[in-house]
Amino acid sequence: MTEHIHPEVGPLKAETKAFNFFYGSNHALKDINLPVGDRKVTALIGPSGCGKSTLLRSFNRMHDLYPGNRYEGGIMLYPDNVNMISKGVDPIEVRMRVSMVFQKPNPFPKSIFENVAYGLRVRGEKTKSLIEDKVEAALRGAALWNEVKDRLNDLAFNLSGGQQQRLCIARALASDPEIILFDEPTSALDPIATASIEELVAELKEKVTILIVTHNMQQAARISDYTAFMYLGELIEFSPTDTLFVKPRQKQTEDYITGRFG
Amino acid sequence: MHATDIQTLRTLIAKHKRYDILFGIIGLLATLVGVITLLALFIDLVMGGYGRLTPEFFTNFPSRRAEEAGILSAWVGTILVMLVTVAAAVPMGIAGAVYLEEYAPKNWVTDLIEINVTNLAGVPSIVYGLLALGLFVYILDFGQSILSAGLTLALLILPVIIVATRESLRAIPVAIREAAYALGATRWQMVSDHLIPYSMGGILTGVIIGMARAIGETAPIITIGALTFIAFLPPLPGTIDPARNMPAGPFDWLFSPFTVLPIQMFNWVSRPQAAFLENAAATGIVIIVATLAMNALAIWLRYRIRKNIKW
Amino acid sequence: MDNFPTLSAGVVMNTQAHRLSEKKLRKVKEKAIETLLFLAAFSAVATTTAIVAILLYEASGFFEHVSIVEFLTNTQWTPMFENPQYGILPLLSGTLVTTGVALAVAVPIGVIVAIYLSEFAPHKVRETVKPFLELLEGVPTVVYGYFALLFVTPLLQIFMPNLPGFNMLGPGIVIGIMIIPYVSSVSEDAMRAVPMSLREGSYAMGATRFQTAVNVVFPASISGVLAAFILGISRAVGETMVVAVAAGQQPNFTWNPSEPAATITAYIVQVAMGDLPHGSIAYQSIFAAGLVLVLMTLVFNILGHMLRRRFREAY
Repeated sequence: MTEHIHPEVGPLKAETKAFNFFYGSNHALKDINLPVGDRKVTALIGPSGCGKSTLLRSFNRMHDLYPGNRYEGGIMLYPDNVNMISKGVDPIEVRMRVSMVFQKPNPFPKSIFENVAYGLRVRGEKTKSLIEDKVEAALRGAALWNEVKDRLNDLAFNLSGGQQQRLCIARALASDPEIILFDEPTSALDPIATASIEELVAELKEKVTILIVTHNMQQAARISDYTAFMYLGELIEFSPTDTLFVKPRQKQTEDYITGRFG
Repeated sequence: MHATDIQTLRTLIAKHKRYDILFGIIGLLATLVGVITLLALFIDLVMGGYGRLTPEFFTNFPSRRAEEAGILSAWVGTILVMLVTVAAAVPMGIAGAVYLEEYAPKNWVTDLIEINVTNLAGVPSIVYGLLALGLFVYILDFGQSILSAGLTLALLILPVIIVATRESLRAIPVAIREAAYALGATRWQMVSDHLIPYSMGGILTGVIIGMARAIGETAPIITIGALTFIAFLPPLPGTIDPARNMPAGPFDWLFSPFTVLPIQMFNWVSRPQAAFLENAAATGIVIIVATLAMNALAIWLRYRIRKNIKW
Repeated sequence: MDNFPTLSAGVVMNTQAHRLSEKKLRKVKEKAIETLLFLAAFSAVATTTAIVAILLYEASGFFEHVSIVEFLTNTQWTPMFENPQYGILPLLSGTLVTTGVALAVAVPIGVIVAIYLSEFAPHKVRETVKPFLELLEGVPTVVYGYFALLFVTPLLQIFMPNLPGFNMLGPGIVIGIMIIPYVSSVSEDAMRAVPMSLREGSYAMGATRFQTAVNVVFPASISGVLAAFILGISRAVGETMVVAVAAGQQPNFTWNPSEPAATITAYIVQVAMGDLPHGSIAYQSIFAAGLVLVLMTLVFNILGHMLRRRFREAY
């Protein structure tokens, strides 16, 4: 097991190498080299249409669901050193190791318990006690256990927006992923729910690597260790968060964070 | 993740993917059930009745001797009934659709009408037959005639025409209506000079589909009392009416007893003798060919319209 | 110069009045046209009213001679016999059994087809297959009756040698196949209405297409599938010619589909084919049967449409 150490970031969990992405003939992502630190929070920021969500969704091969898309280059997962986007790698396997939380909470039309247990059932887990333990652990990890422990068989739809999103996080946690991808997880939530999710992310990073897309710069500044600024499909700048927001190296980055566009 | 974990995971995923493939096959087979049934039906009919499809079959009247029986009265009856159906249903259907799309205000009366149109589409066809029996045959005293049959089928296919017309009207952009109004047209002028001509294609498609359905309808026509053994033609204008030995008037045919193709088929399939069953199969072929031809015509029309309209 | 000064004030007034009356004429004409169009649209309401009125009127005549209790509880329906019996139960059992067989065929196949077309089939397959399904609905029902009697029943007799020539199994299966496109299209509509984000949530967890379809899409569209089921019942109950040709026309109070029987619809056809003195009890009996039929289909249609609206609004 070779450790991949990045000069700036330290031990890496994943890394994109000369990664290009095409929506049909549209060259949407250009030559991205992004390091993703192990058990750190890396944020992707940039104006609408810069490609941050496209990049995020490449990590769990979401684009494979729609025809006409093409990956080029590599997204490496460490320590296995496997290129997740190569044709020889099964997207389903990738998704079992890399989870995702979506922008709008999307719980299944099932009970709270069954929502969280879904990933385990997909993995063929049948032992009832094991499932129950993992569901509880996941709900605790998502800071939702105390609110729902007495109504695990209630429909997930009956929860509030913030609770639903935490449920989706629990669902993503339950199968012990190596990376969790967050796609603008708080943009559909009120400030109090947003704060609780941000707290959660800070706790989660102790165990899981986190890659988060956000259009809210203050959020990125608050919760991430490293930030990548993207514009028009290119990675413009990557720095430790403190550095990027205080002393950006590129003019475009500076323009963005001072609000001159986007 | 350990190497062994990944291996078990891979076997599991492979197993699940097999279900994917299995269901893909089952799904395709299920979808083909319909296709296979159609094929079997067609082959069965053709094998059963092809021999009977001679020119004489089309020019003979039904007869007690199966080999000499033909569908002359049946197909003439079908055409005459269709004439009445179209003459009644098309103006009413277009008018009703125009009202609902262009004139109707949003109130409970309009809601009531729309609910009824939807509801009528789901009424079993035999109930239309009962309505016709009570209303057209007896109360209005049209008798068990082509007129009653045509009006019954008109009511039956009215929802089809209304829906098709409404869809065609909706496809015309508001901008064209506004242009007409801006030039000082009244609402009716806008409708008759612009909307109806532009939606003719869609309307025509709906009419053809409705007619294809009406040709095959049996239950309502039996109920109003179409007799199954008709060995004469309705008195067409310009011919001598054998019943009264006088030249037939222009409307006498409307009140004549009659039969139609599906009823003739029903009559023959209800007889145990194999020869009559052959006749039934032959009639079935004629009906299906007519229905398929009309459906194909409607699909072709729809395709042509989609290509030609450049809004 | 001008004729105007020489024109009397009266003529000028006439011209104005002429223009005003023209405008009035136009308005009257428009209103008349609108009224005509309204009447055409209102014919839908008139038709429904006429159906209800006729059925009630003739059925009430029937119920003057036959008690409702006998109608609903007698297990014999023999209006044409010397000692006529007027129990609707045999016709009801015939209708329900045939419908049951039809749904047992149409619902599983229809739902599988819907899931396949909605979640699995590539675009080209879908485009090629759907017209064939629609064609199923275009075949006249009397032809289906021929098919049930002379192809399906003999086929069944290979496996069930004691199956009588007239039975409810053959026509039931044929009706089922006939309404597959109906069940599948309503179910498919409901499945396509399920938002992509729910599917993505499932795929993101490493689920396969089949797992996603069964665990997420199907439960999310259950109200639509239920609507399809209920509307399918309504269609099967109202079917006439297939049973008239292939099930025999003898009312038979049984729940065994391999026996011959008459449905409500087949009875109406049988009686109408004979010579019916207008106003006789036998004549009125078909309206009483028709009333039961309309009530049944009305209930199912309303239920089905309410469910359809629910799944349309849910997303």
